[in-house]
Amino acid sequence: MVDATVNAQSGPRGPKPKRVISSTNIIIYGTLFVVCLYYLLPLYVMIVTSLKGMPEIRLGNIFGPPVEVTFEPWVKAWSEACTGINCEGLSRGFWNSVWILVPSVIISIAIASVNGYALANWRFKGSEVFFTILIFGAFIPYQVMIYPIVIILRESGEGITWFLRLFNEDASAFRLMGSLSGLVIVHTIFGMPILTLLFRNYFTSVPEELFKAARVDGAGFWGIYFRIMLPMSLPIFVVAMILQVTGIWNDFLFGVIYTKPETYPMTVQLNNIVNSVQGVKEYNVNMAATLLTGLVPLVIYFASGKLFVRGIAAGAVKG
Amino acid sequence: MAVTDTGQTGAGAKKPSPLFKNLTAKIAAIPMIMTALVVFIGCTLWTIYHSFTKSRLLPAPEKWVGLENYERLWSENRWIVSIENLAIYGACSLILSLTIGFILAALLDRKIRFENTIRTIILYPFALSFVVTGLVWQWILNPQLGLQNVVRSWGWETFTFDPINNADIVIYGILIAGIWQGSGFVMVLLLAGMRGIDEDVWKASRVEGIPAWKTYIFIVIPMMRPVFVTALVIISAGIIKVYDLVVAQTSGGPGIASEVPAKYVIEKMFTSQNLGLGFAASTMMLLSVLVVLIPWAYLEFGGKKNG
Repeated sequence: MVDATVNAQSGPRGPKPKRVISSTNIIIYGTLFVVCLYYLLPLYVMIVTSLKGMPEIRLGNIFGPPVEVTFEPWVKAWSEACTGINCEGLSRGFWNSVWILVPSVIISIAIASVNGYALANWRFKGSEVFFTILIFGAFIPYQVMIYPIVIILRESGEGITWFLRLFNEDASAFRLMGSLSGLVIVHTIFGMPILTLLFRNYFTSVPEELFKAARVDGAGFWGIYFRIMLPMSLPIFVVAMILQVTGIWNDFLFGVIYTKPETYPMTVQLNNIVNSVQGVKEYNVNMAATLLTGLVPLVIYFASGKLFVRGIAAGAVKG
Repeated sequence: MAVTDTGQTGAGAKKPSPLFKNLTAKIAAIPMIMTALVVFIGCTLWTIYHSFTKSRLLPAPEKWVGLENYERLWSENRWIVSIENLAIYGACSLILSLTIGFILAALLDRKIRFENTIRTIILYPFALSFVVTGLVWQWILNPQLGLQNVVRSWGWETFTFDPINNADIVIYGILIAGIWQGSGFVMVLLLAGMRGIDEDVWKASRVEGIPAWKTYIFIVIPMMRPVFVTALVIISAGIIKVYDLVVAQTSGGPGIASEVPAKYVIEKMFTSQNLGLGFAASTMMLLSVLVVLIPWAYLEFGGKKNG
């Protein structure tokens, strides 16, 4: 199946299509045109709604272009929209998400790439068993593991506090539950199956002779990893980054459970802003906020092109 | 999945102890081993065990109550509604996303121009989060200002389509959003499978004069069985996890009409502090995943030993 994904990227094969306007072609292009319109419609609606004023929305057509373009909803969504008593807008959620995203991406990729490397080149007794557990673990619903993880985070936070206070009596309480570092750990854990699989498959495809030659020259585990594997596997690191950035940015479940209102990531805050029951519904602000939250993955998607497809295709061949 | 066994040959002739062989690799793999053992196995077993105890709020004295939590779970209307919704959503979503995904893949496979552009357009919703997806469709399906209003303004005064507030069809409103988000992914998956099929198959069918649609149905689909199975497993795993889409689009409403099991579990655990029920419900979720996963693993790895 991995070969199949490679074929998908090489584009269509065979001779160039003949330029005939046959009835089959009309049907094919006509259908695809309608389909594309359907898929683009929500994005279009988001954009035009976010540029209209409220009076225009109340009167008009949801699909109609804005008569009077205003950027006020965007400003309001970014810096003034309210969740409960807090009226700082989405910007806080955005920065929370950034602070969650950066360490989570770095740590999860660092750990998973070393795992994949160990599994591909330094197999030890039982390594395949752990790997199989990891892959099957990717299918376990998160709901099954969420509560025990809450307990683990809480207890280990207390354990670390106790440890710190051995040296310094006044050390402030260290918390994993409800803090950003706890969420980073959770993202690292649940990103591990897919990333490990990605790296393991990639490192397995690296010619064995390279590895053997380095061994003969006396390079060890880390030497080979940093000097040989890392420099030649930059593409797969980019794929892993795309996968993780979109995945972590779009996460909602872990954000709700493992953080508290001050540290809510952007998706959670967005949901709270739009679905808040108090106040008048400002659809233009809501759509601007929604679009702002979707912007990061969208930019990555459109910029990365085929690498995104490669990432999700790699994710698809789990097991 | 052939893996070369270089690590063992590289370890040298003298073996002090099998435990220390490849010691660095073992140390480096500790995060993976811990995740596999503590989180995936440990936490899962912990939850299953506690689903048989009477634990309202931990830590508390646990009392073994056997199947009591499960009996209460299955007698609760809200859980039954959740399961029904999941069944409807799951069946429709499987059939629709596989059908739509396959048709789109087949169209893109016809050596058309602008293939990359079209694929980019169809796949972009997959990059968006379920929260964004749910909120956009909540707005489009808004009865006063959205699609319904527009169609009525075109002259069809009695047009009624309100899947946000009508309890009978609310789950189909979520389905529309779910299909919009995920069908591009199925298409990409199936297209990859289609491209893996030997070109000679097409030549042969052309020589025989078999129409293209017949070739797809009777030759291509059977040949793509492994890809379909993979897609099926991935879609099913996603369906059981569906949570944020519902939270964003309808918040489970109107009333409890669009509740799903994943949401039920989270609310029992973190809002109503009814842990026993939450554990029992999440164990049921695990069970339904196993129903899909075990036959698949058997098919996929049945012939080989161990992954």
